[in-house]
Amino acid sequence: MKTDSVLEKVFKSGQIAVTGECGPPRGTSVAKVKEKAELLRGYVDAVNITDNQTAMVRMSSFGASLILKQMEMQPLMQMVCRDRNRLAMQSEILSAYAHGVNTMLCLSGDHCKFGDHPMAKGVYDLDSVQLIQMVRKMCDEGKFQGGAAILEPPKMFIGAAANPFADPFELRVARLAKKVKAGADFIQTQCIFNLDKFEQWMKGVRERELHKQIYIMAGVTPIKSVGAARYMKNKVPGMDVPDHIVDRMAKTPKEKQAQEGINICVEMIQRLLSIEGVAGIHIMAIEWESAVAEIVQRSGLYPRPKV
Amino acid sequence: MITAERKPLAEIIDSIDAYKRILLVGCNECVTVCAAGGRKEVATLASALQMDFMKRGKHIDIREMTLERQCDPEYVEQLAPYIDQVDAVISMACGCGVQEVVRRFKAKRVYPAVNTKFMGASERPGVWAERCHGCGNCLLGLTGGICPIARCSKSLMNGPCGGSSKGKCEVSSEIDCVWQLIWDRLKELGIQDRYEDVIMAKDWSTERGGGPRKIVREDLAQ
Repeated sequence: MKTDSVLEKVFKSGQIAVTGECGPPRGTSVAKVKEKAELLRGYVDAVNITDNQTAMVRMSSFGASLILKQMEMQPLMQMVCRDRNRLAMQSEILSAYAHGVNTMLCLSGDHCKFGDHPMAKGVYDLDSVQLIQMVRKMCDEGKFQGGAAILEPPKMFIGAAANPFADPFELRVARLAKKVKAGADFIQTQCIFNLDKFEQWMKGVRERELHKQIYIMAGVTPIKSVGAARYMKNKVPGMDVPDHIVDRMAKTPKEKQAQEGINICVEMIQRLLSIEGVAGIHIMAIEWESAVAEIVQRSGLYPRPKV
Repeated sequence: MITAERKPLAEIIDSIDAYKRILLVGCNECVTVCAAGGRKEVATLASALQMDFMKRGKHIDIREMTLERQCDPEYVEQLAPYIDQVDAVISMACGCGVQEVVRRFKAKRVYPAVNTKFMGASERPGVWAERCHGCGNCLLGLTGGICPIARCSKSLMNGPCGGSSKGKCEVSSEIDCVWQLIWDRLKELGIQDRYEDVIMAKDWSTERGGGPRKIVREDLAQ
C-alpha cells in the first residue's frame, strides 16, 4: 500500500470501487456541504470535492474536504490548473495532507470563460500531466517541483481524468498512457452515455495493458429530465449523449423521467462492470446526491467493503 | 509581426480634447502591415479628428508623420524638429513605439491610438491570428512546429483537454483546437508516437517569471 487512502485499499482488495461527488456551495454554508455528503455516506468509498467547477467561485475543495474529514468521511480533493501556480498548489497539497486528505484528482479545469468571472486571468502554470508529475515527485522523492527537500513529504493517492469522447479520439488512449507515465494511480472518466465509444476506447487501453498499470473508474451521471439530457448533449463541451438516450427520456412521462434517468444509469453501470479493465464506478449525480443510494444499491455495489 | 487595432475614435478624442496642436505619428512596420497605424491610417484618423473638432466648432492642428520604425531611437529622432510646436503626440505604433517616443521626449504627453494585441501572422487578407507567446524558450521543435502555449486556450503542453470537439476549442468554435492541429501534423510526419513524450513543467523565468526582459549582445553593445 502506497498510501492510507481508502480508495487505494478498495482497489487493492480487488473489489469494485465507488466514488461520488459533492460540489461545495457558493458561500460559507457548512450545513450544505454536510447535507450533500450525508446522502453519500456508506454508499461510496470516497467523495470527489470539486474545485471551483465550471469556473464559478465556491468554497475551496480543500476547505470542503476538511468538513468531510470532520464528518469522518473520505474526501477526494480535486485540484485544477486554472486557479493556482505551482507554489499555491504545492502548499495546498501539504496543508491538505497535514489534515488527513490523502486522495486527490489532478485536472486542467474548465476555462474561465464558462464561469462567473470570465474577466479573470487563467493561471495554467502547469498542465494536468505536469501536475501529476509534481505530486508524484513530492510523494515518491520527497521533493518540491523546484527540487528542494520536503520535511515529512505527503503520501497522496493520485488521480487524473480521461475523456474518451473528446477529439481527436485516436489520441485518447495515448493521452491516458501519458498520465500513467506521469505517475497517476487511478483515472476517473467523463460521464459515459455512448457505451460503444467507451468500449472502443477500453479496447485500445487493454491492447496496451494500461488497465494493469492504473485503476480505471468509469464515470456515470443520472439524467434528471429530458431537458437535462438535451442540455448535456448540446451544451456541455466534451459530452457525448447518443440520441437513443435522449429519445428514451423524451418518451417517458415527465413525472417519471427522474426515475427513468436512474434506470438508465443503473443499466449503464451493469454493462460497464462487464468490461474488462473497469475497476470502479464514479457517480456524478450533480445537485442530485439523493439518487446515489438507489443507484449503488440497485447496481449491486452495496454495502461498500470495509477495508 | 506585432498586431494592433485602432482604439475607438471617442476614446482617442477624449484623450486629446484639451489640446490644439497634435503630432500624429504612425509606423511603417508591423502596424502598417496589419492596417492599424501606417501612413494610410494616420491620414484617416487625422481627417476623422479634424471633422469631429470642426463639428463641435473647435479647431485642431494636426501634423502627420509616419516613421520607418517607431521602436528605434534613430527614427524617433526625426520627430525632434517638430516636437516643440505641438501640445501632445498621438502614436499609432504598438506599445513599444509609444514608449520609445516617451523615452526620447520626456516633457511631452504621448497618447496611444491603437491597442497592441499579439504576435501573429496573417491567415488570409484581413485576418490575423496569434502564433507566438514570446515565452523565451521555444518548444516548437517538440510539437511539430505548432505552438500550444500561444494557441491552446489553456496553454496545455501535453495534449488536448476534454473540451476538444471536431477540431475546435471549447472556448469558441472560431478557435481551432491546437492539439488537433499538432496531432494531425505529427501523423503527417509519421511521428505520432512522439506525442507520448511528456513535456516537463515549463520554466517561466524566461517569460515574465523573471521580470521585464532584456537582450544584451555584448558583441553589438556600445
